[in-house]
Amino acid sequence: MNLLSLFNRHRSTAPVARERLQVLLAHERALDGRADLAAVLQQEILEVIGRHIPVDRDKVLVKLERGGHVSTLAIDIEMPEAALARG
Amino acid sequence: MSKVMVVTSGKGGVGKTTSTAALGAALAQAGQSVVLVDFDVGLRNLDLILGAERRVVFDLVNVVQGDAKLPQALIRDKRLESLYLLPASQTRDKDALTNDGVQAVIAELRERFDWIVCDSPAGIEKGATLAMRFADVAVVVANPEVSSVRDSDRIIGMLDSKTLRAERGEDIEKHLLITRYDAARAARGEMMKVEDVLEILAVPLLGVVAESPEVLTASNLGCPVTLHNPTGPAARSYSLAARRLMGEDVPMEAPASRRGLMSRLFGRKAAA
Repeated sequence: MNLLSLFNRHRSTAPVARERLQVLLAHERALDGRADLAAVLQQEILEVIGRHIPVDRDKVLVKLERGGHVSTLAIDIEMPEAALARG
Repeated sequence: MSKVMVVTSGKGGVGKTTSTAALGAALAQAGQSVVLVDFDVGLRNLDLILGAERRVVFDLVNVVQGDAKLPQALIRDKRLESLYLLPASQTRDKDALTNDGVQAVIAELRERFDWIVCDSPAGIEKGATLAMRFADVAVVVANPEVSSVRDSDRIIGMLDSKTLRAERGEDIEKHLLITRYDAARAARGEMMKVEDVLEILAVPLLGVVAESPEVLTASNLGCPVTLHNPTGPAARSYSLAARRLMGEDVPMEAPASRRGLMSRLFGRKAAA
């Protein structure tokens, strides 16, 4: 093991785990019919936008912050220039 | 008033049986009368963790099917006189348990004990749903790891829909117990922090049990960890959790790092 690999192994993977779980569980809770409002909003907002412009799922960043009192939902959608010009 | 508590997780190997034994023993050490009920029919292990494997004569299935009376099947712990075990059957299949049969046994146990602690099998099949069916309180055991947290979320959903209390529109008291936690790795961003798991699952925290060698030592010896080494970190976490279950307002303690920086460095060097 060299010095460099010692530093490399300190890369944070916990935030990746956390974010993957948040996205996955929002989806699974919706399937179970126990989605919270944030998850329902996430789905519906995507559908509404999808009606006007083609949304590439890979270009959609969804962040769901769940808290005891307040949950926040941030959706970052990359919109193709062509679609906007048409409107 | 008696309380029926299920210890559950969905995923296997996260520490349900260890936690059932440790929490049950801690409640008994605090003066409560406790019975631990093993619902893992076909794969019983609570008897082994409690060191009572050679004293099993009758089991839960025998009682449910009327082949034995409840007092014949109850095994009293040799160390704690208010701690009992109702073992699972090792030979029968899981269909041997029926809803009505389990309900009758739980009702009988309610008359004799303060706490009826049900050790759930892994999975979401009949054994797991029966273990949670009559619970007033649920302890969801999770490791700070993606598959365990996902399965815990599923189990929380089942607690809110499949239990008798949920069907009656009553609340089921849910608690999260995080086990195998490594504070040092969490601090380095290698493991989800307690706060991350809490935010995702949105269930109040009962306690955090650090990854600890004493848990294996205790299981080797067939002794709940709270009895084997009462002053160790794992025992302390379980004892505080038991007091919280009893309604005491016990402040959370920051989980200690398992090893210091120096020992980590030396440990790593030795491993490399």
